[in-house]
Amino acid sequence: MAKTYVSATINGEQTEFLCETQQTLLDVLRDVVGLTGSKEGCASGDCGACSVILNDRLVCSCLVLGVEANDAKITTIEGIAQGDKLHPVQQKFLEHAALQCGFCTPGLIVASKALLDENPNPTETEARYWLAGNLCRCTGYDKIIRAVMDAAAEMRGETVG
Amino acid sequence: MNYIDSSLKVVGSRPVRPDGVDKVTGRAVFAADTRTAGMLWGKILRSPHAHARIVSIDTSKAEALKGVFAVVTAADFPDIPSEEAFVGEGPVNFRDLALNVMARQKVLYEGHALAAVAASTQEIADQALALIDVKYEVLPHVIDVEEAMADGAPILHDDMITTGVNPPPTKASNIAKVVTFKKGDAEAAFAEADVIVEGHYTTQPVHQAYIEPHACLATYAPDGQIQIHSSSQGHFMVRAYTAKLLGLNLSDIRVNPAEIGGGFGGKTLVYLEPVAVALSRKSGRTVKMQMTREEVFRGSGPTSGAAMDVKIGAKKDGTIVAAKQVLKYQAGAFAGSPIGPGCMCGFAMYDLPNVDVVGYDVVSNRPKVAAYRAPGAPITSFAVESAMDELALKLGMDPLTLREKNAAKNGTKTHYGPTHQNIGFTAVLDAVRAHPHWKTPLKEGQGRGLAAGFWFNIGGESSAQVHVNEDGSVTAATGSPDIGGSRASIGMMVAEVLGVPADAVRTIVADTASIGFTHLTGGSRVTFATGMAATQAAEKVVEDLKRRAAQTWEIPVDAVEWKDGKAYPAGSNAGAFEPLDLAALALKSPRTGGPIAAEVSVNAQGAGAGFGAHICDVTVDKETGQVTIERYTAIQDVGKAIHPSYVEGQIQGGAAQGIGWALNEEYVYNDRGQMENPGFLDYRVPVASDVPMIEAVLVEVPNPRHPFGARGVGEVPIVPPMAAIANAIRSATGLRMPDLPMSPPKVRAAFDARG
Repeated sequence: MAKTYVSATINGEQTEFLCETQQTLLDVLRDVVGLTGSKEGCASGDCGACSVILNDRLVCSCLVLGVEANDAKITTIEGIAQGDKLHPVQQKFLEHAALQCGFCTPGLIVASKALLDENPNPTETEARYWLAGNLCRCTGYDKIIRAVMDAAAEMRGETVG
Repeated sequence: MNYIDSSLKVVGSRPVRPDGVDKVTGRAVFAADTRTAGMLWGKILRSPHAHARIVSIDTSKAEALKGVFAVVTAADFPDIPSEEAFVGEGPVNFRDLALNVMARQKVLYEGHALAAVAASTQEIADQALALIDVKYEVLPHVIDVEEAMADGAPILHDDMITTGVNPPPTKASNIAKVVTFKKGDAEAAFAEADVIVEGHYTTQPVHQAYIEPHACLATYAPDGQIQIHSSSQGHFMVRAYTAKLLGLNLSDIRVNPAEIGGGFGGKTLVYLEPVAVALSRKSGRTVKMQMTREEVFRGSGPTSGAAMDVKIGAKKDGTIVAAKQVLKYQAGAFAGSPIGPGCMCGFAMYDLPNVDVVGYDVVSNRPKVAAYRAPGAPITSFAVESAMDELALKLGMDPLTLREKNAAKNGTKTHYGPTHQNIGFTAVLDAVRAHPHWKTPLKEGQGRGLAAGFWFNIGGESSAQVHVNEDGSVTAATGSPDIGGSRASIGMMVAEVLGVPADAVRTIVADTASIGFTHLTGGSRVTFATGMAATQAAEKVVEDLKRRAAQTWEIPVDAVEWKDGKAYPAGSNAGAFEPLDLAALALKSPRTGGPIAAEVSVNAQGAGAGFGAHICDVTVDKETGQVTIERYTAIQDVGKAIHPSYVEGQIQGGAAQGIGWALNEEYVYNDRGQMENPGFLDYRVPVASDVPMIEAVLVEVPNPRHPFGARGVGEVPIVPPMAAIANAIRSATGLRMPDLPMSPPKVRAAFDARG
């Protein structure tokens, strides 16, 4: 079958690729574009390990077709840090030891950034429900939630004890 | 050397882990992230039947499909004889492992692999699987453990004669083994008990549910040299099992450890690697394989489900006089449930004069079980710790007091043989009593549960290297895959010995050709055993550095002391020299003996058992049966926390897995023996909104057999949660929930049954 030409802005960079109609955005990112930071844990939208921001909306890239990304603006885990400066969510994940194996971490960081872009001052309950689509089997979520709340406070300019 | 009473600068602090930035930026390379030019995609054909004879497999159409480069079946693997080996966290029979990887003659569960293809694209591989023509003779199947034990049950293995009974049975059954432990005379002692509780409890198999599906990349070169890149809990295990299943030499296989996206015991076996090598050998191309989530559920893990009877008898003052357990553990399609640890762990926490335990290892038409965090212990402890709660109620005694009264102490002889030494169970119970959670009055409608847990912890074989590089920076290498932050803890121990900051040491995981044998990451052994090897390697380096300083200063080596990362003359008599740091000594190394490096391999003994106790508050919605965890505190003796954040993380993660096991997780089978919920939507692991903050309290009773006093910490925390939650539900509602999971329909049904 003929491949479809797609042009999208991925992590601020104009990117062109050819993809097959049935390929998911996750497959395209990983297998065609070579951005393997987004992970496949289920391919059914249940685990959130493939979370990306598509036109300011948090999505599971396994539930989006590659061809749907035409003209879209996509942020993946590879685009969260600015050069060598980590995003506050990334920095707080490190400081709080909010990861063990690290496999769900890219998705959780993308989802957390999307949360804080939309709601800079979430309650713990709001953070827990927002991140309920991102499974982590290692941490029990405690340190993840603390990292997100701490990152939110820092981004609001509050001093954190 | 022993540093337990030393003042420590690095150990006990909370630095950022060495691999942290890679993991928060998406750079870390997991097994499925690797691609090579010209690689093929391998896929597996799995049985749709729970139990069937394979009449024939015709692969000719699949082989003829354009883009298909290899098709393999059991005919491409040696038919290896039965051979038991104790590796990892339990016994492995290599014939069974081979048959699990690729079925021969019979398929024994839905999802059992029986053929595989390698093709240029995933789509072609899927088409090829559909073209493989398998003729099955479908056989009656059995899923439930007690039904599998019954007379007339479908028999999985015609040659399975129960071991552990005398005289041996004359005909085959699904009972692989009977295990018995006896201490004293339980039957006689029950007659002296004032109070007796008895109960029947069941648990469901649960999957380890690591978020990363199994994946690997394998290349078989024309000279027979094999490279494997895979995600596992032990790349030496992958090498050994792949060699065994394919009849190859270990030295011809090099396994590179990818980052591992969770394992919890489930990645202590091979499923894909031998198949990928066989496909690569046949096609002459590199083969990549990765399971789908559905395949992970149907074809790998889980841990056992079980049916259990417990009986405990006590005097009026709470002194337990007799205890009895009958345990029936599902092994899946091949022998080898964690029934041994199941029989040991339930009563291991208590000082009991008379104990009688019988365990059955039972096969049925389900995926072969794999280790899952403290294999066997959470199951048996759900029954025992629930029964202990019933006993406390019947005695009118506080459940903590009952445990304090009967707690195992140093010198307590267990019913399975060993005598407890250097254990911290009473310190854990003291910490429960002192904790604000235990003292805080319950709110209206809430219930509180307490349960304890035990795991042996293991040591074993590990290798570690420490290199002082030419500029004085330090690299530490081990053979232990880093599943939850062990690069950090290993590097910290090395840094402490060398007297340098944590970030001066970079820790890596070396492949099977680059370091000595290292047993897999499991049993909570890495910080203990690999940590011991790394500590000793660092000590050897320090001795070498002192010798080099002595040579440079032309003074005796015992006139040199090492502190804070520098060599100093020891006292004024040794001479007046400027201290030499790592960089200075590295610079001089060509003239003082060449490269500065040490490798140490150990077989570490004395792992030091771990004990924990969890306190859980719940509310229960009578309308829906929904149980909400309101507050959760997990208290554990960790020996010495090398990196406290990652120790807390182990405890919090283990508790959350236990919460899932308690409240939601189960396999749903239809009447054809097929799993109906092989995905994360229907197999419901806890999500962030299901759990509260989990307070981890670290009790530190040092383990004298480890240089820093560490004990394994990863396994204990999954042991108490199921009973802690059941006991909390009992406290909130008066309902005893003896069957897991305590999901909303079951809890609602229990309310309805009470009326």
